[in-house]
Amino acid sequence: MDLKKVDSILEKHGCRHSEVIGIMQDLQEIENYLPQEMLRYISGKLELKLTRIFDIATFYKCFSLVPRGRHIVRVCCGTACHLGGAARNLEQVKRLLNVEAGETTDDRNFSLETVNCLGTCALAPVIVVDGDYYDAVHPGKIENILSGYYNAESEG
Amino acid sequence: MKRIGTVSGLEELRGSILKKKDPEKTIIRICNTGCRARRSSKVIAAFEREIVDQALQDRIEIKGTGCHGFCEMGPIVVVDPANIFYCRVRPEDVADILSETALKGKVLERLVWKDPHTKEPVIFEKDIPFYEKQKKIVSHNSGRIDPTDIEDYIAVEGYKALAKSLTAMTPAEVVETAVASGIRGRGGGGFPTGIKWRICSNAPGDTKYIIANGDEGDPGAFMDRSLMEGDPHSIIEGMIIGGYAIGARQGIIYVRDEYPIAIMHLSCAIKQAEEYGLLGRDILGSAFDFTLKISRGAGAFVCGEETALMISIEGRSGTPRSRPPYPAIEGLWGKPTVLNNVETFANIPQIILNGAPWYSAIGTSGSKGTKIFSLVGKVRNTGLVEVETGTTLREIIFEIGGGIRKGKRFKAVQTGGPSGGCIPISKIDMPVDYDSLREAGAIMGSGGMIVMDETSCMVDVARYFINFLMFESCGKCVPCREGLKQMHEILKNICEGRGQRGDIELLSDLAGVMTTASLCALGGTAPNPVLSTIRYFRDEYEAHIFDKKCPAGVCKNLFEYVIDEERCNGCTLCQLRCPQGAISGEKKKPHVIDRERCIKCGICYSICRREAIRVK
Repeated sequence: MDLKKVDSILEKHGCRHSEVIGIMQDLQEIENYLPQEMLRYISGKLELKLTRIFDIATFYKCFSLVPRGRHIVRVCCGTACHLGGAARNLEQVKRLLNVEAGETTDDRNFSLETVNCLGTCALAPVIVVDGDYYDAVHPGKIENILSGYYNAESEG
Repeated sequence: MKRIGTVSGLEELRGSILKKKDPEKTIIRICNTGCRARRSSKVIAAFEREIVDQALQDRIEIKGTGCHGFCEMGPIVVVDPANIFYCRVRPEDVADILSETALKGKVLERLVWKDPHTKEPVIFEKDIPFYEKQKKIVSHNSGRIDPTDIEDYIAVEGYKALAKSLTAMTPAEVVETAVASGIRGRGGGGFPTGIKWRICSNAPGDTKYIIANGDEGDPGAFMDRSLMEGDPHSIIEGMIIGGYAIGARQGIIYVRDEYPIAIMHLSCAIKQAEEYGLLGRDILGSAFDFTLKISRGAGAFVCGEETALMISIEGRSGTPRSRPPYPAIEGLWGKPTVLNNVETFANIPQIILNGAPWYSAIGTSGSKGTKIFSLVGKVRNTGLVEVETGTTLREIIFEIGGGIRKGKRFKAVQTGGPSGGCIPISKIDMPVDYDSLREAGAIMGSGGMIVMDETSCMVDVARYFINFLMFESCGKCVPCREGLKQMHEILKNICEGRGQRGDIELLSDLAGVMTTASLCALGGTAPNPVLSTIRYFRDEYEAHIFDKKCPAGVCKNLFEYVIDEERCNGCTLCQLRCPQGAISGEKKKPHVIDRERCIKCGICYSICRREAIRVK
């Protein structure tokens, strides 16, 4: 845990209890998830009970308590995407990666997530990989989309 | 330096900005928000590179704007002053746009919009049917101004309404103008905004808050996103005016975490408004102080509910509390608080500038003004449309929206997100306003309008929304938590072929309990998607339960893929791509699907170029 980074985030938010959600969002950006030791540390610093921090971390969907993969595949399951076949797309991603939604592949290359709506409904159905948007996705396109995210990490 | 201290200072600045603008100069406007998902930033980068290469910096200006609305055709590029409208522009087109259109005024026919029926090219935005029927009051700046430049907003009369409110009107006059305009909350509930302001301004206490709800959680809706991204200053201006009206000196914009560009543009706008003295102390010399900050949501649908949203701002997990006391009396940190949707705030400057009589003359008797809808789903022209309330569904879907894609038949339109309902073809000529929609079993909601065709299964749609809400229910009250779980169980059974006689009645019974006994609107309105689909599409439920068939071909256990022998030309594409090896046949002869092996992944269905894969 990079204490310097954590401290500077706490300082930016003025260590206020009301800022705890924002603090945790910023902290999550460091390692893409919230390690337990980090939460224990801020609990002490903010003088805020660990149970409350855990409550927040599990209530809000954007927080993860487990490490995530190098690439995050987000399948939009908004209404427009659903009508366009998001469920079929999700099935296909699950089959290809061999994980369920919310899980990470064994090689830590991909995490699969579903999202309620990305607000890009006009492009439905949408899949986003690390901020790259793919529109009008159908099951036949998915293997090709994912294939672009295997190369960079081949060294391990 | 930049700080404007007086109203005349603001007018002087506006004058000097306008003077600097050369009306003859070529300005190329490109959507740099929603169209980014279609890689518009690459188009912008290409323009910027090309302009430097051709040394055109003095003659041509590139402007990244908010959403133009016609998302279906994105990335959209408009060349001004001629106002030439280009669709689906790629980086490869940039050189031609500069050399032909910008410099020679020649229209590139390959990039203009073409009428799908007559194939006639249409050059100007105003002539495209998608725009013709719209009335843009709130979204008029989006797509025209650079949202990251406050001076662009000031040039189009920005902050004029604020100046008018602070110097020529008392807070009570501002409140009464809002009341007289008849504007109702754009977030879903439709409560009269002016009345809410009046209650809060009369509430005792020195500390009050004003909050903009930008937690656009309804799936299938993105009006608020486009406003926050494309015209953030109009929201800020509306909030300062609202703060002045009710006596709040602190405002908060609560934005969904899934909208990073909105957060970026709002942060930038707040910073600029502070630098120009439009936020902070003694705004425009009026002695009124007002500060504004952003609170990021963290991915919880229930936080769109006002009490939950406030609890979330306080730094806790956002579960709703019972009302009364209403937030206008006891809200954030226990203080009187007004919470309005961002679209409501964006209306306010226009109401102040043009007056309540002007506003109340627009729309229907019970629903004034305009409403932005996100028109998506199986409609041809997807995007954002702003229409006068009272416009009929037919006008929105068939005239603006251009009808249904791929020549399919319209089945229903879903409005209001998970709290709304599905409206069938028989009600297509219904005017769209708060009261008519409610009567039809749906709601206006925040403005999602999702069009469904014959390939959409209405039981699956109901199951989809109930599943969504089941995960998003905070779990605090039993009727919502357990009701949704049981409803989902029943609907899942129906969709998977285990439906039983009596299921429809049981769903209706559960709905009654949830509507009456839930703590907040999430649970109270949750049964709407189920009730409205039962009301209008009971036959589909019965087909699932009794015949074990999904007529639309959505519910996996209740249909099969088959190959239409007449259409299949034996191209072998599906055979090659089938992950199960379930498709066989000779080249150039009709193929067949092995029912036993097929897992209904849908690959063959989606890739067949001849639409030879059918649902049975």
